[in-house]
Amino acid sequence: MKSLTDSQLAARVAQDIPDGAYVNLGIGKPTHVSGHVPEGREVIYHSENGILGVGPTPNAGEEDVELIDASKRYITTAAGASFFEHSDSFAMMRGGHIDIAVLGAYQVAENGDLANWATLDEKFPPAVGGAMDLVVGVPTVFVMMKHVNRDGGPKLLKQCTYPLTGLGVVSRVYTDLTVLDVTPEGFRLVELTDGNSLDEVQAVTEAKILT
Amino acid sequence: MDKSVADLANAVAPIGDGASVMIGGFGSSGIPFGLIDALLETGVAGLTVISNNAGAGETGIAKLLKAGMVAKVICSYPRSPGSVWFERRYEAGEIELEVVPQGTLAERIRAAGAGLGGFLTPTAYGTLLAEGKETRIIDGRGYVLEAPLHADFALLRAERGDKWGNLSFHATARNFNPVMASAAKRTIAEVRYLSDEPLDPEAVVTPGIFVQSVVEYGVRP
Repeated sequence: MKSLTDSQLAARVAQDIPDGAYVNLGIGKPTHVSGHVPEGREVIYHSENGILGVGPTPNAGEEDVELIDASKRYITTAAGASFFEHSDSFAMMRGGHIDIAVLGAYQVAENGDLANWATLDEKFPPAVGGAMDLVVGVPTVFVMMKHVNRDGGPKLLKQCTYPLTGLGVVSRVYTDLTVLDVTPEGFRLVELTDGNSLDEVQAVTEAKILT
Repeated sequence: MDKSVADLANAVAPIGDGASVMIGGFGSSGIPFGLIDALLETGVAGLTVISNNAGAGETGIAKLLKAGMVAKVICSYPRSPGSVWFERRYEAGEIELEVVPQGTLAERIRAAGAGLGGFLTPTAYGTLLAEGKETRIIDGRGYVLEAPLHADFALLRAERGDKWGNLSFHATARNFNPVMASAAKRTIAEVRYLSDEPLDPEAVVTPGIFVQSVVEYGVRP
C-alpha cells in the first residue's frame, strides 16, 4: 500500500486549515502542519503555554530560552502575537475560542472517541497535558496519525481499548493511508492515498469504513 | 512597603518539611531555578510539588526529586524528554503522583486564589481522570466538579519586579506563574531585574498583593 511520509501527511492536513483560523497544533507530528499551510492564508497558531501567534523556528544563535511552544521547541512570534498566562490560555481552549485542534492519537473509535494520553502499560507514568481540555472545547478536532500501530494492529476501532481523552470529540482522521470523517453513522471515506484501494485500507481497519 | 529579600537562602527559609509548594514554569521556561537551588540547600523533606512538569535532566524540580525531598507530585505532564529522576522515583514507588489535566490544574489553582469552592468543567468527563468525582449534567452536557488547589508556598520566576511585589514577565515564561501567585499562603518571586523604581502600573501582570517576597536572581537559564 502507498503510505504518505510524515511531511506529506502534514501537507495534506494543512490543505484543510482555512484562512483566518485560530489553530492549536498538538505536540509531535502536528507541529509540522504550520510549515505546509498554502501561501496567502493567515493562520494564527495557539500554543497552550501562553502564546497566540507562534512564528517559525528561530535562526541558530537567535533562540530565546523563554520563548518556546508546548513541544518545548524554540519559536519566534508572528505578527499580531500575544502572550498570556495559563488560565487565559485554557479559557481560549475550553471556552470554544480556538477553531481547530490537530492532535496525534493512539486510537480513535468510530463514534469519535479519542485515546491519546495513556496506554495500559503501568510502567509508564500517565501524562495528560492539555489534551483533555482541548478536545472538550475546540469544535473541530483533526487527528493525524499512522494508520496502524507499531505491531501493525489497527488504531481505528469500533471502541477504544486505551483510556479515553474525550468522548465523541474527533471530527476527521488523517492517516498515511486515508482521510476519514467521523459521522453519526461511523467513519466515512473522504479520500484514499493515491494508489490504495478501499479493500486494502479496510483490511487494516477494525471499524467499518462507509462510502 | 518593601518586599525585597536580600538573597535566595533568606527567601526560601520559611519552607519546612511537608510543605506544599507550587513551582511556576512550563518546560524549561519560567522556572525559578535560583529558588529551587536554594530550596535544595535547605534539605527539607516530604514536599508536595505542584507544577506542570516534573523536571528534566539534572535541573529544577529534577534536583529536588534526585535529592529525595519530594513525597508527592501534582502535575499535568510528568513525562518529558529527560525526566529521568521523576521516572526513577515513580518506578521505585517512592513518590505519589496526581495527574491533572493542564487546564483543570490552572483553574483549580485560580479557584483557590479567587476564593472559590470549586468549579464544573467538561474536561475529563467520562474518562479515568473523572472517576470518583461528582458530576452534573447542565444543558445536556456532562461536567466534573473540581476542587480548589491551595499551597503553602509558590516559587515563581518573573522578568521584572519592584519592592511592592509587582511582577512582569518575558514571553512564554509567564505560563503558570501569575495564577500560582494568588493561590499560596506565601508567594516568593525570583526576578531577573529587581527595580528600584516602581514598575509601570500598565505593565504589571501580577499585582504585588499576591506576592510576599521578591528576590533578584539575574542569571537567565
